[in-house]
Amino acid sequence: MEKQNNQEYLTAVQAAFGADVLAHEEAFGMLNIEMTPNRIHDAIAWLQQHQDLSVNYLTNIAGVHYPEAVGREFAVVYQLHSWKNNLRLRIKGYLPKDNLHIATITDLFAGANWMERETYDFFGIIFDGHPDLRRILNMDDMDYFPMRKEYVLEDATREDKDDRFFGRNNNEL
Amino acid sequence: MSQEIKDILQAADPANVATINFGPTHPSTHGIFQNILKVDGEKIISSEQTVGYIHRAFEKLAERRPYNQITPITDRLNYCSSPINNIGWEMTVEKLIGVDIPKRVQYMRVIIMELARIADHLICNSVIGVDAGALTSFFYPFSEREKIYELYEEMSGARLTTNMGRIGGFERDFTPVFHQKLQSFLKTFPKAFEEFDSMLARNRIFMDRTKGAGPISAERALSYSFSGPNLRAAGVDYDVRAMNPYSSYEDFDFIIPVGVNGDTYDRFMVRQEEIRQSLRIIEQAYKNLPEGDYKADLPDFYLPPKADVYNNMEALIYHFKIVMGETELPVGEVYHAVEGGNGELGYYLISDGGRTPYRLQFRRPCFIYYQAYPEMIKGLPISDAVLTLSSINVIAGELDA
Repeated sequence: MEKQNNQEYLTAVQAAFGADVLAHEEAFGMLNIEMTPNRIHDAIAWLQQHQDLSVNYLTNIAGVHYPEAVGREFAVVYQLHSWKNNLRLRIKGYLPKDNLHIATITDLFAGANWMERETYDFFGIIFDGHPDLRRILNMDDMDYFPMRKEYVLEDATREDKDDRFFGRNNNEL
Repeated sequence: MSQEIKDILQAADPANVATINFGPTHPSTHGIFQNILKVDGEKIISSEQTVGYIHRAFEKLAERRPYNQITPITDRLNYCSSPINNIGWEMTVEKLIGVDIPKRVQYMRVIIMELARIADHLICNSVIGVDAGALTSFFYPFSEREKIYELYEEMSGARLTTNMGRIGGFERDFTPVFHQKLQSFLKTFPKAFEEFDSMLARNRIFMDRTKGAGPISAERALSYSFSGPNLRAAGVDYDVRAMNPYSSYEDFDFIIPVGVNGDTYDRFMVRQEEIRQSLRIIEQAYKNLPEGDYKADLPDFYLPPKADVYNNMEALIYHFKIVMGETELPVGEVYHAVEGGNGELGYYLISDGGRTPYRLQFRRPCFIYYQAYPEMIKGLPISDAVLTLSSINVIAGELDA
């Protein structure tokens, strides 16, 4: 069988999910697909079941915080791998900060359990249907989500490491 | 789950069930993590894990550090094979900035990374011996591992947390002492290793203890996103070095050993064979080591020699720009994976063009496969749980990041 490439993956996903594919790009050879968050579970299930696309391996799940993007402050990034085609792809969903809910994929990949717990622990993203969504690396009684950008790592009054001079504005978030 | 285990679980009388702590500081957890076990006599009915005791917020730290200062953080992930972590990170940055790395550097990296893999597997396998009651086989390979550390020391000045290499290559070329020590290592190691192997591999007591301890099927291992030797022991030949070759791995001839049952003995045997294969790779890379420079031409990232900084205007400017983090960086997202000691070690880097990563996530194989541990030890005696824990090689630094 011919190995499928990024374009064929994109066409197949677009054909199956139509308007739920919001954006796509190829970054450093890896296909990125942005989808409606509530369809991501179905898309991953479909990719996993598909005969030719055969996305059989969940590489990781990452959260990202973009505080300046209004209405899409949090991203959940699923990195998947199809061994049949030796192709990696990324599926992203953007969530608004007042509704951080997305369906769990623990029913598809057992390994998603801790990856989702870690994402919850760091960013506060709630994976609906997760069997045991608790903090994992931090203390249970921690009352904030430390990877969010408003929690700057260093003393904000320090001037010698001020990122404003280097084109990024961390201190005014 | 086999019928036998099901019977054990069903027969468990609530009155006989005891709850015990395995860890956080237990001699055979080899690191700080807790398992609360429910046991009926010797048999484990269920277990609950707590991790995060040495969580140091590496991903948060990385968001405030320039790229070259992130290398020392990666040391502290899997500290049994720090050079693989270091070089994996450097290659991620090189992928982002799109630079051609000289063939010599790639081969040098392969040699260092395979040395690290040997050291990593040696620790893991000798510790399996310890947990089965064989202390000699733990001390015996120590002297060999010591030689690998001396090689690290020659290349980086450090032994455990190596901060090996730089973005764009190495800090120095292989020194004459390195050449001499590597040659003598290649000569003496195989004999010492086979002696170590003969102590355990066909040892009746060791085999009886490890066969059937903590098995996992290929399907479950895949569902749990296992990688590395633990996945291969279950019979799946996934290896990043072969699947997505980096640093010229496609030039070398090596085989990927696989197991059948995914139990402790198979994990042990897979690691043993991987050590032999790593040695083969090192021999090939060293024999064919290309001529050339030990670093890429990358003045924006690679610190100039100190003598030049004092005498040469251009070098001074570059030095200043690198130290002050004024280098232009591309905007984008890269994922780069290397085959670490424990499996697919990935770096997911989002750059917004600033001097530090916007987001850096480590795909840490330990963290991902350790969640399968309760399933692997269900129905087994505690002594097997100990063996299983050491044979999946959970490294606390990598687990907790």
